[in-house]
Amino acid sequence: MAATDVSTPDYYHKVVDCQWACPAHTNVPGYLRFIAQGRYDDAYLLNRESNVFPGILGRTCDRPCEPACRRGRVDEKPVAICRLKRVAADHRGDITDRLPRGATVKNGKRIACVGAGPASLTVANDLLPLGYDVTIYEKNPTPGGLMRINIPAFRLPAQVLDEECDYIIRMGAEMRYDTPIESMRALLAEGYDAVFVGSGAPKGKELDLPGRWDAPDQVHIGIDWLANIHFGHSTAIEPRVLIIGVGNTAMDCCRTAKRVGATDVKVMARRGRKDFKASPWELEDAEEELVEIVENHSPKRFVVEDGKLTGMEFEIVEWKTDEKGKQRSTVLDTTIIPCDAVILAIGQDNAFPWIERDIGLEFGDWDMPVVDRRTFESTRPGVFFGGDAAWGPENIIWAVAHGHQAAISIHAHCEGRDLTERPPQGMTLVSAKVGMHSWAYDNDYDPSLRQKMTHEELTKRFSDIGVEVELGFTPEQTAHEVQRCLNCDIQTHFTAPLCIECDACVDVCPTRCLTITHNGSPVDDLREHLSAPALNPAQEIYVSDALPQTRRVMVKDEDVCVHCGLCAERCPTAAWDMRTFDLRLPYAGRDLVAR
Amino acid sequence: MSSIKKPPVTHPSARTNALGLKLRDYEGTMSTLCAGCGHDSVTAALIQAAWELAIPPHMAAKMSGIGCSAKTTTYFMKQSHGFNAVHGRMPSVTTGAAAANRDLICIGVSGDGDSLSIGLGQLCHAIRRDVNMLYIIDNNGVYGLTKGQFSAATDIGSRSKKGEVNTVPPIDPVLLALSLGATFVARSFSGDKQQLVPILKAGITHRGLALVDVISPCVTFNDHEGSTKSYAYTREHGAEAVTTDFVPLRREITIPETDAAVIEVPMHDGSLVRLRPTTAGYDPNDRASAYAHVRACQARGEVATGLLFVEESLKEMCDGLGLPQEPLVNLTHEALCPGSAALEALMERYR
Repeated sequence: MAATDVSTPDYYHKVVDCQWACPAHTNVPGYLRFIAQGRYDDAYLLNRESNVFPGILGRTCDRPCEPACRRGRVDEKPVAICRLKRVAADHRGDITDRLPRGATVKNGKRIACVGAGPASLTVANDLLPLGYDVTIYEKNPTPGGLMRINIPAFRLPAQVLDEECDYIIRMGAEMRYDTPIESMRALLAEGYDAVFVGSGAPKGKELDLPGRWDAPDQVHIGIDWLANIHFGHSTAIEPRVLIIGVGNTAMDCCRTAKRVGATDVKVMARRGRKDFKASPWELEDAEEELVEIVENHSPKRFVVEDGKLTGMEFEIVEWKTDEKGKQRSTVLDTTIIPCDAVILAIGQDNAFPWIERDIGLEFGDWDMPVVDRRTFESTRPGVFFGGDAAWGPENIIWAVAHGHQAAISIHAHCEGRDLTERPPQGMTLVSAKVGMHSWAYDNDYDPSLRQKMTHEELTKRFSDIGVEVELGFTPEQTAHEVQRCLNCDIQTHFTAPLCIECDACVDVCPTRCLTITHNGSPVDDLREHLSAPALNPAQEIYVSDALPQTRRVMVKDEDVCVHCGLCAERCPTAAWDMRTFDLRLPYAGRDLVAR
Repeated sequence: MSSIKKPPVTHPSARTNALGLKLRDYEGTMSTLCAGCGHDSVTAALIQAAWELAIPPHMAAKMSGIGCSAKTTTYFMKQSHGFNAVHGRMPSVTTGAAAANRDLICIGVSGDGDSLSIGLGQLCHAIRRDVNMLYIIDNNGVYGLTKGQFSAATDIGSRSKKGEVNTVPPIDPVLLALSLGATFVARSFSGDKQQLVPILKAGITHRGLALVDVISPCVTFNDHEGSTKSYAYTREHGAEAVTTDFVPLRREITIPETDAAVIEVPMHDGSLVRLRPTTAGYDPNDRASAYAHVRACQARGEVATGLLFVEESLKEMCDGLGLPQEPLVNLTHEALCPGSAALEALMERYR
């Protein structure tokens, strides 16, 4: 097979599993090293560059990075990346003078953002320093969108949210609170150079079963109910509550219910645990708060007696996979579970009643706007979508990633450039060698296990909805957890012409990643015939150019390389070198390659 | 030197041998030799061989003398016995150990300095006695530990790092061993584990002294142009006389038996060494032709490699001396020390 091309960023980027998995491509190992050095400000700012909301995401992110983390393949559990992000945010000093600033000289272009959630705020964050006037329309009196009204304060304290929204607003965004947009036509008529729709997916799904409308006061839509609790429109709930659905909103609902008067809370799931949508840690946190999670119960009807909801009937189902690989249920029994209130948390829909259908903005399947996956532009030039508003509910980190890309498009649109020509990613690759066997990173392997987050005790957290449950890592925990990071961004870089084929690297590698072999077999065959078979097809195989002495090739299975650097330390000719890979991401107005 | 210990992580596919041990269980401490030293590859090959043979670590003794090679016994099988002898005196200490405990697997690691200069007499007599051991010579043709003087293995015409040309004829341990009646003689290269590992496995299993001369380049003092023991030179001039496949007793033989060129040598424990000469007419069971072949290669400027000669029929040292099969440590006090009457009777025989 052909030699691997490591000259473009993708190969080494993919080695940094966490960064590759993160929609915003946060430089995780980079900021973990800053934390290890006590450089919390630098850690925070490195985070902020890509994900904009480190304090918020350090508490609420869905962490696509963690299942990807290489440590999880070596040592069962991944590095607690998300909570270390919170460490950086919690311990940072005053960093306001290091934040990007709004431009003092304006470029005369005006942008409107609909909704003040993470997507719109990211767009503002990227465009304000370039001189744009950014106006953000928000139907609520405060910024943050779902981060504020749907994520309860015991998971995300208001002060954390305020600070990070303010960083952007203080750059000069014009905030129009309590201003729901009722008509896209009218908004467009105001002559903005571009409009960004980041209004989220604000409509909770309905469950129209018999009895649904017979006692409407006792049946709530999850996200609306959370918002009502947030704004104080509602302050209590009945003692026995059923939550229908088992996604992350369901988790927020059940835990909030526990704090506003419910004593018996059950989360009712149609499927078995392995198919739950909620993140495993959110399920654990709910169960710790004595929420019961009931599997394989499919809702059938609301039981209403004398105009009062007294329970809900469920079919107890069993799931089996049919020949086509599809899961099918069979009903085993029915049961009535008594309750005083039901909260529906079975998903969210987008709703654009305010966008007229005759303004050149096409809608496609499921009444969703047609949005280009790369440019984030709708079919009407100058109107962009991002976050949940674009393709339905995702997580905050996706909204941030969308915001960055939409900002690039808006900037190009306003400068009259082709949107489809996306600015390329770049990289720097610098030797990490700083002396005889000393490296610009700590290459020793720390066998510590993943640190467990300490939680506030139950009585205290139920006393006030604003009491944050997670207490954050202690300095000792932080010190251990950062050292668990394998520094995957410190790449093993090979220079074939220098190799004398002494085998030192092959011999010393603790995980037998390296093989010197004759080239010629296809990659699948090659995977079988390495020092240790390469079992993980999701991970790349590196193949070098032909080696000078025998024309054989150096092959590396990236799967469980722990980046200990021993190959480079034992290499007599520095054919192997440890090099710090830094992915350079383009942002609006900061293209890496001069046009 | 390395700055860190080897991380205690293994590949998820790491298998266990018949004893339930993983390859890494046969490792020792981190090497402090120069990066790229051939000796470390020999160590890795030994680890591989010992793991594949499922040697119980407590049944092995690692013996060495002085020199870079002598350090390597620390770098494999950390749970095994070991002895660092005086310079060149490894063979006599091993002779004692092998005599005292016939169950021990003795692995001697020496170098061209340790075995061909100061310890040459010891080597010769160990060969003559056919001590039951694996005798590895990590041969780099240079005194590396004292910064690069010519050794007794440096070829005529080979240049030192400073450019001096050697004019004194070398001692070839393979020719020496063949002429002294060694029962197992091989030469290999640290940079070719495919060849080295089966030879080491066969050598460990061989009953008697198995001499393996391993060209093991000194990356610091003898890997330059003009050296005849460098990685590049050995690769260019290596001439494999015979390929070796070691078939242990346990494993079912699945290779088709039709290949007429294959010579099978049954070992004393029932395992099999299968040799396939790559040089036409080569017979690894014929001492004279082996000697002639090595000399002919030398004349052509080639390095003859492979398991060059093997003879599994002779008695090893302990058999010749009539020593008991049982290790001395397992004998009762009465058997070891039969008392003054027995001594008296013995003395009487010599009066």
